Amino acid sequence: MFKKFTKEDIHSRSNIKSSVQRGLKSKFLEQFPKLEPAIDNVIPKKSQVILIKCEDKISLYYVENEVVLFQHFDDLVPSLRTVHKYPDCFPKVQVDRGAIKFVMSGANVMCPGLTSAGAKLPEESLPKDSVVTIYAEGKENALAIGKLTMSTDDIKSINKGIGIELLHYLGDGLWKLVE
Amino acid sequence: MTEVVAREIIYCDICSFPPEYCEFGGTFKRCKDWLQANHLQLFEKLYSDDALAKATSTLSIEKEQQISRDLEKKQAKEEAKMERELQKKLASKIIIKRIERNRRKHVISISGLEVCNIDMKKLAKTFASKFATGASVTKNAEKKEEILVQGDVSDEAKEYIENLLQEKGLDEVKVEQIDDKKKKPKPTAP
Ligand SMILES: [Zn+2]
Repeated sequence: MFKKFTKEDIHSRSNIKSSVQRGLKSKFLEQFPKLEPAIDNVIPKKSQVILIKCEDKISLYYVENEVVLFQHFDDLVPSLRTVHKYPDCFPKVQVDRGAIKFVMSGANVMCPGLTSAGAKLPEESLPKDSVVTIYAEGKENALAIGKLTMSTDDIKSINKGIGIELLHYLGDGLWKLVE
Repeated sequence: MTEVVAREIIYCDICSFPPEYCEFGGTFKRCKDWLQANHLQLFEKLYSDDALAKATSTLSIEKEQQISRDLEKKQAKEEAKMERELQKKLASKIIIKRIERNRRKHVISISGLEVCNIDMKKLAKTFASKFATGASVTKNAEKKEEILVQGDVSDEAKEYIENLLQEKGLDEVKVEQIDDKKKKPKPTAP
């Protein structure tokens, strides 16, 4: 979704009210319960969150000059820089080395790239539509974030077609966006 | 519950990725040089013979070779592109035009500054405070940005821009001054 995103796609920016900011934090937590011990560092209590409205109904949330999370329909999604800072607060999947260049050019992740020998799916089953952080064989940091198009159980058993719709990846327009 | 604090992350100054992903960008060679000069420890971790020997991949040798061939191609392309862009940059010109508003007042317009790759508004502000005058960013007929500075500061602006170019390693870029004088009414023959 950020493949061709640039500064020109930004429509408006505004400070959000502290009540809205609290709501945003609790919704973000609801989606990623493991974020609880980090949330006040991700969005500090005294910080001012800036809402940036963009083309295609995308909303970015800035804290201290960095996009911390964005909204995609009803989902709140962390930015990759946030994931790099707090990796253990989000569910993880891993693709094999062969899939890296495709992911970094913005392609959706195919099931076989998630089930091969170099790949990893979490032990607990994740339902369809979960937002997941995507890692790669032999690498330490996440390279993308996506949304499961089927449950991890189905990815394993069906093992065909698209498994993850890619939302944000290293080198896309959001990654390159600096104010 | 113990608080979770942010991990410190090093990002590559050249391609902006975490350095372990530099190999997938188009500037791998420059990335490696930068990492070696700035973060030797991480460089060793990623690229020492030992590290390379330990890096295991589940892919077959043929597939690995395919990946490295593709990456080499991509990098060669990227390097050629950057070289072309650099040549184009070096061949460009910055033009400082001195425009006569009336007999006493002048403005100068500076165009071609995009080669410096800096924020025009900030540069205009710098000019304004440096020369204690007004400066603004406008778009010219070709829809390119140029900076208008009030006052006859053509020489001072030239000096400043030349220093700036030198700082950026762009000394080959020329700065040209032109005078755009109002035509004086021709004296009529007696
Ligand atoms: Zn790099």
